[in-house]
Formats: sequence, structure tokens, C-alpha cells
Amino acid sequence: MADITLAVDGTEVSVPVGATILDACRVLGKDQPTLCYLDNLTPVNVCRVCVVEVPGNRTLVPSCSRPVEEGMEVNTDSERVRHSRKMVYEFLASSVDLSLVDEETVDWMVRYGCDPDRYGPQADPVEDRDQRVAGHHHLGDGSTAETVHQPVKVDNELYIRDYSRCILCYKCVEACGEDAQNTFAIAVAGRGFDARISTEFDTGLTDSACVFCGNCIGVCPTGALMFRSEHELRLAGMWDEDDQTVTRTICSYCGVGCNLDLHVQDNRIVKVTSPMDHSVTSGHLCIKGRFGYEYVQELGDLAVTPIDQVLRRARVPDRDSSG
Amino acid sequence: MSALPTAAERAAVDGHLGLPQSAWEGGEERPEDAVLAEGGFRASQDRRQHILPTLHAVNDAIGWVSAGALNYICQRLLVPPAEAYGVAGFYALLSLEERPARVAHICDDVACRNQGGNKILSDLEGRSDVHPSPCLGQCDQAPAVFYQRAGEADCVAVVTDTDQVIKVLEGGKPEEVPATVPQAGDPALRLLKRIGRVDPTSLEDYRRAGGYRALTKAIDLGADQVLSEIKASNLRGRGGAAFPMGIKWEAVARSSVTLRYLICNADESEPGTFKDRVIMEGDPFALIESMTIAGLAIGAELGYLYIRAEYPFAQSLLENAIEQTRESGLLGDDVDGSGKSFDIEIRRGGGAYICGEETALMNSIEGHRGEPRNKPPFPTQAGLFGRPTVINNVETLINVPEIVLEGGDAFAAIGTTQSTGPKLFCLSGAVATPGVYEVEFGITLDELVDLAGGVTGSGSIGAIMLGGAAGLFVGEDYLDMPLTFEGAQDRKATLGSGVVMVFDDRTDFADLSQRIARFFRDESCGQCVPCRVGTVRQEELLARHCGGLPWEDELFEDIAQVMIDASICGLGHTASTAIRSVIDLGLLEGSRG
Amino acid sequence: MFGVGGGTCSYQEIETTDVILLWGSNAREAHPIFFHHLMKGVRNGAKLYAIDPRRTTSAMWADTWLGLEVGSDIALANTVAREIITAGLHHEDFIRHATRGFDAYAESVEPWTLQRGSEITGLPAEVIRRLAHDFAAADQAQICWTLGITEHHNATDNVLALINLALLTGHVGRYGSGLVPIRGQNNVQGGGDMGALPNRLPGFQEVEDPVSRGKFEALWGHPVPYQAGKHLSLMLEAMETGEITALYVIGENPAQSEARSDHARHLLRGLEFLVVQDILMTKTAELADVVFPAAAGWAETDGTVTSSERRVQRVRKALDPPGDARDDLAIISGLAERMGRGWGYPTAEEVWDELRSLSPNHAGMSYRRLAEEGGLQWPCYDEEHPGTLFLHGDLWDDPLPRHPAPFFSTPWAPPVDELSEDFPIRLTTGRRLDSYNTGVQSGGYSSPLRTAVALEVAPSDAHTLGVAEGETVRVVSRRGSLKAPVRFDRSLRPGLAFMSVHDPDEVDVNLLTIDAWDPKSGTAEFKATAVRIEPVG
Repeated sequence: MADITLAVDGTEVSVPVGATILDACRVLGKDQPTLCYLDNLTPVNVCRVCVVEVPGNRTLVPSCSRPVEEGMEVNTDSERVRHSRKMVYEFLASSVDLSLVDEETVDWMVRYGCDPDRYGPQADPVEDRDQRVAGHHHLGDGSTAETVHQPVKVDNELYIRDYSRCILCYKCVEACGEDAQNTFAIAVAGRGFDARISTEFDTGLTDSACVFCGNCIGVCPTGALMFRSEHELRLAGMWDEDDQTVTRTICSYCGVGCNLDLHVQDNRIVKVTSPMDHSVTSGHLCIKGRFGYEYVQELGDLAVTPIDQVLRRARVPDRDSSG
Repeated sequence: MSALPTAAERAAVDGHLGLPQSAWEGGEERPEDAVLAEGGFRASQDRRQHILPTLHAVNDAIGWVSAGALNYICQRLLVPPAEAYGVAGFYALLSLEERPARVAHICDDVACRNQGGNKILSDLEGRSDVHPSPCLGQCDQAPAVFYQRAGEADCVAVVTDTDQVIKVLEGGKPEEVPATVPQAGDPALRLLKRIGRVDPTSLEDYRRAGGYRALTKAIDLGADQVLSEIKASNLRGRGGAAFPMGIKWEAVARSSVTLRYLICNADESEPGTFKDRVIMEGDPFALIESMTIAGLAIGAELGYLYIRAEYPFAQSLLENAIEQTRESGLLGDDVDGSGKSFDIEIRRGGGAYICGEETALMNSIEGHRGEPRNKPPFPTQAGLFGRPTVINNVETLINVPEIVLEGGDAFAAIGTTQSTGPKLFCLSGAVATPGVYEVEFGITLDELVDLAGGVTGSGSIGAIMLGGAAGLFVGEDYLDMPLTFEGAQDRKATLGSGVVMVFDDRTDFADLSQRIARFFRDESCGQCVPCRVGTVRQEELLARHCGGLPWEDELFEDIAQVMIDASICGLGHTASTAIRSVIDLGLLEGSRG
Repeated sequence: MFGVGGGTCSYQEIETTDVILLWGSNAREAHPIFFHHLMKGVRNGAKLYAIDPRRTTSAMWADTWLGLEVGSDIALANTVAREIITAGLHHEDFIRHATRGFDAYAESVEPWTLQRGSEITGLPAEVIRRLAHDFAAADQAQICWTLGITEHHNATDNVLALINLALLTGHVGRYGSGLVPIRGQNNVQGGGDMGALPNRLPGFQEVEDPVSRGKFEALWGHPVPYQAGKHLSLMLEAMETGEITALYVIGENPAQSEARSDHARHLLRGLEFLVVQDILMTKTAELADVVFPAAAGWAETDGTVTSSERRVQRVRKALDPPGDARDDLAIISGLAERMGRGWGYPTAEEVWDELRSLSPNHAGMSYRRLAEEGGLQWPCYDEEHPGTLFLHGDLWDDPLPRHPAPFFSTPWAPPVDELSEDFPIRLTTGRRLDSYNTGVQSGGYSSPLRTAVALEVAPSDAHTLGVAEGETVRVVSRRGSLKAPVRFDRSLRPGLAFMSVHDPDEVDVNLLTIDAWDPKSGTAEFKATAVRIEPVG
């Protein structure tokens, strides 16, 4: 049902009604940078890194959510597009810890010539971000670039929240809420630069509605949400993706048949994900599927390897975030 | 979170929502609760829109919203607590921390800061019951203070000294000043003709002064003919975007979806703007009549009137007006014998400039955070609750009775061909007689300033702010500019919301620019990266310059451009324009060259 | 159903259906990812009825929760059926075309007036009526259930009562409509499909059918027993009578999972010879003469499992098993070799390919396809066959290419363990989100959600007993007693108590449960125990 024809950077392409500009770009093999977009979530078009230029529109338009129109002419590489993408990346890199983003994002940042240092040295971490109120802020002298840097939240055995890495892409909120889990343990709170992902009254996860499905971890693009095991291994300098295998299998618990990708390092499961393109899970799991694997690697009864020593630390509910 | 509400909090919630219908929602245990519960997803969808009004009910009664109160609201409305917390925290006037029973929000925005606002704030520095506030829409009588009083109605007062504020905080009664307009009595007035002359609390007086003749005529004409007149009038929206009203109305009226909504945008928050407040305080029935005509014309049975929280006096007058018109059969199931149904609900904002953006406003009504939506789809296609929606601002709407009575063609003859009808301007700052002025489109800026008694202060113009913080500053060379949409466009200016704020040549424009930068950072919803971070970086850059460092023009331009190009909504698009204009006028020392 | 044991629908169908009856299922906790699909349906406009004595976290999402009496499911189903028939909302064309036995069925539900149904179930008649009308009038509708239906002494009748409703309204065999039992274990479907049922060979072929049996005998070169075997409850009976003296248990923990577990343990202890093959040292393994340490099927070996939507999917080896543990296939093959009937050590794929040659339902499912297509749903008859989204579409074909689907009369009988003055509280059992069955697997990880097993009661019952939250009480049934702390749970009404089954080492709820079991399925009535609660000192 290919019945809308448009041009992307001068090349004609036909896509079905309802397709987005991003879909059309992908048909042409011209993938666009994205941060807040994910195939299994409703587009929120907030990061603006996928913007393209479409004549007739005063401003740039987000390719991830803009439906195509007949005869549309899309420019993905105009001066304005390059400028906006570069600035979005710079804004994020100057205010958020992006050290764990995927390589693709790093490549785009290099391509657009990002220079996050030109806003000045980054401000120190602060403790009060969760208490900030809408409509008021403390104005500094501009000598440092304000950031979202803050202590890591470690309040349970299964996953941590390192909001210094949060770009506010809303993915975790969508996965926790209406796009998958329908738990709504977290939402965006606050406003403006002080907007943040939060439980009600910033209560700890164990007091919140959280059911520890980890679907927020599954969609987080920056490592702000992370398995406790990965967090501990990273702190210990032992996280080694090159040394990991990823094996697809089926969850051992109930009869729904969820696909699991087991990430294994040194014969230990260190992380569990699920394929986004599988019809059963769409990438989402429950607490048992994502975290309930420990019984195949009972750490106490077997010969203890170096990795076990670190993984043991992950079994303490909370710890000093400094590591 | 297991915190429970106090009896007073529960009473505040129940007072607004009525008593809970089952034990599941926090009510008394009934036998059927053991075997039956209704609720679920659909019920939660239906109830969600009550969250902001219910939060207000608690905030009004108790002074803040505790975890227990929030939990109870969530239990009643089937809203997850994290979501409710995210909604509550979006609004500056809802407090999620305990605070004094009386709180003063003192305007230190562009008009008030140098007319006493800053001084009062510095006098009261350190008090937990005093906060700086963005523009309160009282620029003609600055400085203004907005009081929140637990257990009593909010109110706004214009003050002359700090003691007045302290007295109110200690329990005194603030004085509310009725709306007036400098041109009162001028027979040429159309939109302002009743203000100051007709009792705004009396439907009878309004009718005696010609009110509701337009509705009667509109019913006689029928919806199609009213639509034709509106189109013929060529009326363009007065909220800032200047979109032709007839096109919006027609799109909704012709929609195949029959459940439609009308919204009156009374969230007038653009710094320097107060015309809508003056209309609502001075002639509230006119707005109700206008909305009713609009509702019948587009086939909506419900209209929402979304008014900013800082306008409590206007809100109470509108509530009174709605009540009286309902009693008289001018609202309700059979509007004035037309056989058609239309009614109006008032929704109060919570202290968020962004909610003046039409899609943010819709999200706010729906009980979500006031974050703008990406367009398309436009409100006429999928607006409030996903239904076709006409949203017009107050000034735009009150032209409707004029058009109906005079006819679209006659109305179109007022002003210029592209800018038809009367226009209201908000004059403030260094002019002799600040206030709302009604003129015909086409008058020059110079003539308008003269109408307001000319420039005061040093007597020499430093710059004039047009269109508010989202507009720009112009110099004396713009005095000959005709005040029309096209005239402004030709000179790369904007009329915006009709702000004309005059600053003399002794004004500290660096300070003013920083206040504007602060305003946009504070009011950014935080949703999109360009605006969320851009407004911070802009403010930091200005701070560096005001601290003595060289002006970083390239960086400023880069920041401004991405906000203009890639932000979701108008807030980001315009967050740098006023500051850019200050630079271009050379008003910031060392910022040029 | 109708000859094959599998849910008729695919998960995706619930996303666009119009009415969902979630019956005896707390899917949000027991089958969370199925609930994701269900919630998509709700968000797309489906009306959700939750039928469960407890207002569970699943029921919170329902438009209407119906908190029926424990064990009154047939009463409700029969009443719904009568209301549908009385109101003329049954699908006459479908009934005439594709079913048999309607008249007798209609007669059998005739006594189930709304009033009688209301008396037995405890539900308001008006709500039963509304459910009946919404279900019957829906364009598409599904009935989803789990153990709340099957862990009763009349489990099979419970299921048949629900099947009757689907036949009555034509809500089966069409996209979006059907019968959806969600399986409790990752391969309970596959186990049955592979012939791990007393009366079936792989692919649901009857043991007692000589033609089916002949295929297997020809390939294996050995006769196959011609009589159906015993299900678990019958085995326990046979152990009691001494008919069974040796038992080989693979991946099951009957010492803790059976109703009246102390009795089950007594029987296991009395065996002459017990072999247990398991991945962990379970309580059953502790009683064994021989233990075969096994590799974990899902992470340490290769093979397949089958989900509740009949999807056969690959499991793969990601870890080396600990110590000397071997995979099940190697253990069984080795055992065969030592018994002098060795067949070598085939790979999992070789075994699978043999199965494909014998089971037409699986014939088209090569390992390659299973990997490339994200699993396949049976039946899948050949390598070109795409697999089957929903079953029984042929009920709508004209002429009907099969036997018509039968209605069954489903007489209601109350739970065996009757409430009385001495045992006035109805105790029901169930699962929690973060834990699983007897906790052998789920006990391995630290869950922030986990709380100690407690007797959960309505706050008002606790007040009547004068017991505070956290206080330890004695729970007594006709068979045994245990001590447990009390926890208040608002999802329970007065007279109803709940315990989870996950920590039998601490609180063995199956000391209390009754071993009355369904003669057809062999499932015991875990869901309905009569108890009293006594304060302790």
C-alpha cells in the first residue's frame, strides 16, 4: 500500500499512508539520529535531534513523528538541520554525562562537530535537584555551565538510577506507564531545566509503585538506569562487553514464553534484555524474567570467582553511591 | 507511599469531588464493596481532568498539598501518585511542601521591577512567605502582589510600600481595585464600551447596555450564517499568532466528529499584557456571550474557560456571570430557546506561562503536565481530549458580538484590509496614563504613545517593548510604524499580544535582559532539549556579560538559532528575540562590535 | 479444547478485542507480559471484567470487578449462559452450524436464574446480567483464565463451563475471539504437546489409538504401552495402595507442591526407590535414593519450549552447568544405555527432528525456522506452513469440515472443603509477581518486593479476632495447622484469607490444603480450603 511519494534529499521514495519521515528515510537507508525515539514506544519527539527541514514549515520538524505528505520535500542535511542537531548534542553533552551512549550517537556528535566545552566548565554535582520547585531557580554568574550532575540513587538490589546521565527522553516513563508496564511508578516532575524523572515525592523505589520489571532499564539510551550487577562491575573496573556473549533463550518461569537475551561474562549472567522486535515481549519483561536468573549461578555454593565477589556486592539493598 | 490525608485535606477533596462512592475510593464500607468494584482504565481516563482543580481545592484550603492529600486525590481519581506529583510540581502556585498559611508573590517582572517590585522584595528578603513572581498582569498599576491565603480566596493587590505587604501576610485584608480604562466614556469604543460604566456583576445591567442582542441575532441567523459573517470579518486572532478566526471555526464546524470543544484562552501571562484581565473584570458577561455564540456556531456543547490563577477577581466575576446566565437560560440545555445546548466550565491555571500555549493548555485541562504538543495535528483536527477544538483568546472572542451585530463586511471595514477591527493595546512603563487602549488598526506607535499621555521618566525613549517578553524592543525610529499585522511584519517587528511598554533612556537594559532570560528559563516546560537547556545557556551567557566579560555573539546566535528552529513551541521560538533586539539596539554595553 | 489442549488465540488478538473476561487469573502478577497485551486491548477500548474472589492488582484495571464466592465459577457461568439464552443473545446460526448438544445444555442451565446465580455467587444480579449482555453482544470477546479455574476439584467442569459460553456466543475460531488459558510454567504447554500426559503421545495423539501408536512403534522398533498411564494424583493414590513402589521425578517438587503436602511426603518416604533429577537439591531430592544433577533447561542446554499461544521457541545454552550436572537428554540417554537399550546420545535438534516426523502439528518447525521466525505456533504442518494464529477457524467453514463442537452440561458443586462453624474462613492460595511456585527458582534472587509469607486477611476479620498486623496466628484446617504472621490486605473481603505458595520452607501452606482432586485433570483443589484462625498465646 505504498501510496505517498515524497523526496528525501532529492531522492524520491514511496511509503504507506501514516508512515513518518523517519520511516521514509530508513527505506532509503538514510537513518537519522534519534535519542528519544524507539520502535516499541509512542514517539514523544522531545529530543529534537532527528529534526529535518521541510519547505513550507517555519521551523524544523521532528522526523520521528511527522507523518509524510504527498510531494513533501525533506532535507536531512541542510545548514539549519546540521546546526540544530549539533546544538542539541552540545546542550546535552554540556549538561549530562553522555559517556555511556551508543557508538552511533558518538559518531553523529563527531560528524556535527560538537564542542560541549564552549559553555564553560561543567558545574559540580548538587544534592538538591529533587527538591527544586517550578518557577524559581538560583542564578549563578555564568562561569560554569549548569548540569544535572547528582549522586547515584542506589536503593535496591536490582537496579540503580544515575540521573547525572539522564537526558529526559521520557522513554522510561513510557515503558513504566502506558506503552508497556502500566505501573506508573515514575513520571516527569518539576519544570524546565529542573524537570526530572521521579517517583512521588522522590520516595525510594521500594516505597513506590515500582514492580522492578526493569523495562525502564531496557529502553534507557544513556546508562542512567542500569542493572545493579553492571553498576558494580563498572565500579570495579570489570565490566567488559567485548568479553560477553549474548544468547537468546526463553524465560524459565511462567508460560507466556518471553524471549530473553542473556548477557554472559565469565560464565555469569550479568544482564538480561529482550528483543524489541519480538511479538511476545516487544522488548519488555517482568521482574522474574529480567532478574530471576540467580538460581542458576548460586554464588554461595560454588567455587567463587573474581566476578562473583563483585556480584555479591549487588545483593546489598543500598550502598554509598560513591562506590 | 502510604501517607494518609488529614480530615481537613479529605474534606477539601470531598468538597470539590463530592463524597467517595465506594470503600475502594476511600468512602464508608458498603456491603457491595466486598463483591463489586467499578473503575479501571476508562474511569481513570474520565476522572483525570479533575486533578488540577482538586489539587487547587487542597492547596486553597490547606495552603499546600501533602503526600497524604495527594494519595487521597489519587485514590479518588484513579491517578498514579507519581503522575499526580509530576502534575502538581509543574505549577509554581501549588506547593508540595508545607509553607506559611499566607504567601506573597511579588512581581519583579519587566514593568514592576523598577516601579517598586524589586525594592519590596529586597526589603523582605529571607522570608519564607515571600517569593518573586513573573508578570501578574497589573502593569498599568505596578507594583503588584499576588497573595495565596490558606482557607481564604487568593487575591491580587497593587501596593505602594513594603508595610502593606507585611500587613496582609500578618492577616490584614488586601484591597482589590475595580478595572478601569483611560478611555471610559469615549463613544467610539466598541470592545471597552461597558467597562467602568456597567456593573460587571449584573446580567440585568449588561442586557440593558445591549448585552445578549448578539446572541439573539446569532440564533436567528443560524450557525452557517454566523460562520459566514465571521469569515467576512477577516478577524485575526489577537493572542499573538494572528491566525484568521473564520478558518479555525469553519474547520471545526465542518468536522465529521460531532463531539467538539470550544476553549477560551484566558491564561494571559505574557509579561506586559493585561487587556484580557481588564475585559474579564470589567465586562465578564460579554465574554460569556461571545463564547456562547462561538459554541453554537461551531457545534460545541461545552466550552472551557481557562484562566490564569493570578486573576482571582476576574475568575469570581466570571463564575458569577456563568451562574446568572445559566439561571436565565442563556447557558444550558436550551440556550435562549435555540434548542441547542451549550455550557461553560472554568478551569484555573496553576502558575505556568507555558499553559498559554494552546496545546499545553489542553494538556493542562486534561490533567496532564502543561507540556505543549507537537503540531500537526492541529487543535481543529485533534485538540482537547483528541476532539476538534476551537481555541481563541479573550480579546479575539469579544469581537464576535460586534461582528454579529454589525455584520462581517462592516467589521472588515474597520482598520486596514489585512488587519480588521478594533485592537486593544496594553500601555505601560514610562507613559503618563498607562492602561488598556482601544484603537483602530493602523494608528502609528507614536500616536498610541501620545494617547497614553506621552513619555514620562526622563522624557526620552530608550526603547519600547512590543509584544511582551516574547516580542522585541524597538527604538524611536519605529514610532512611525503603523500598528497593523502587516505594518509590524514589514518592519520585522510584532504586535504579539498588544504590549507597548515604554522605557526611558535611563533604563538598565542589561538588568531587563537578564530578567527576561530568567523568565524564559523559569517558564520553560523542560520537555524539549533546545528550550530546556538553551534558556539556561542563554541566561548564563548574559550573566557572564553582565559580570564584565566580553559579549559572546556567535555563541548567543547559535543558542538562539536552535531554539528558534528546533523547539517544540512558541516559548522556545521566541525566548531569545527580545534579548537579540536589545543587543541590536546597542542597549547592552559592549555587546556590539 | 475440542480435541487439542491449547489456547485458541494469539496474544496479539487481545489487543483489539472488545470484551475481556479475565476469570480466575491475576495475570498482572502471574503473567505480566500477557497483561501488557491485555492492557493494550483495554487502552484500545476493550471492556474488562475481572472475575476473582480477590480484587487483585489485575482487577484494579477492570471496568468491573466481580468478587464471586470461591468455587462458584460454574454457577456464574451457567447463570450467564441462561441470561444470554433468555435474552435471545446466543448465536443461533453458529450453534446450529458448528455445535451439538445445545438443547440439553440449555435445559441444564435453565434453573440458573439471575436470582439463583446471585445467591450462589454472592454477586448482584444486575452485574451478572450486564456481564452476560456485554459478552454476548461483543463483536469480539475473549475468556482468559488460569489456576483460579483449574485448581478446583471440578477443574474440568469449570473449563467446560467457560467453553460453553464461547460456543453459545460464537466467540471462538475468529480473530480476536476465543478461549485463552494462560499456562503457569514455561513449558507446561510443550510438555503436554510432547506427550508428557498419561494418555497422549507427542502431538496430542492418543496412546490408546492403535494407528497413532503404530507410527511410533514402527520408528522406535519397540512396542509402546497401549493403555493410558496415571496422572500425578492417581500416582499418589497408587503409592498409598502399594501399587507404585518406585518413582522417577524429573524437575518437579511434589514434597512441597502437592496439596496435603505432609501426606505426600509420607508417601514419598514410603517408596522403595525414588530417583530425582533436578537442577537443585529440592525437598523431594532430599528424600531420594538417587539424585541426578541436571542442567537448567533454559540457560544451560539446547531445546524448545512451547508457550501459552502454542508458540514453539528455542532455548539455548548460555552457561556451562555447574559441577557434574548434565542436561536431561544426556541423563536419560545414559540411563537407557545402562539399561541396555541405548540409542546413543542424540543432540536436541536430532530429537526434535524425530518428533517432527511423528507429530504433524510440529512437522514444519525446523530449528532454522524457529530461529529465524521468532518461534512458530502449532499446528505447522510443513516447511511452507506459516503456523497458526488462532485455532478452530474451521468451525465457521461451510460445510463444516469436522465434528461439531460439543456443549457439555456443567453441574455446579461447591468446594469439597466446606465452611462450618469450626472452619469459617475460606483460604485461597496464589502467586505473587516476584516469586514462583515453591520458590526453588525465584528464591535465588533478592527481590525488593518480597515479603515473608503471611496469612493475608481482611482488616475487619483481624479486628474481629483481635489480631494486630504482624502478629503470629495459628491457621487450622481439617488436615493440619501452621503458624504464620498476619498481614492486612484490602483486596480481601471479610471471610476470605489468602496465602502465597512460594516459601514452603517457612510456611507450608499445603499442610492445610485439601487433596480432593479433579478426576479428569488430576489437579487438586488448592484454591478452596476451610480454615479457622486462632490467636497464639
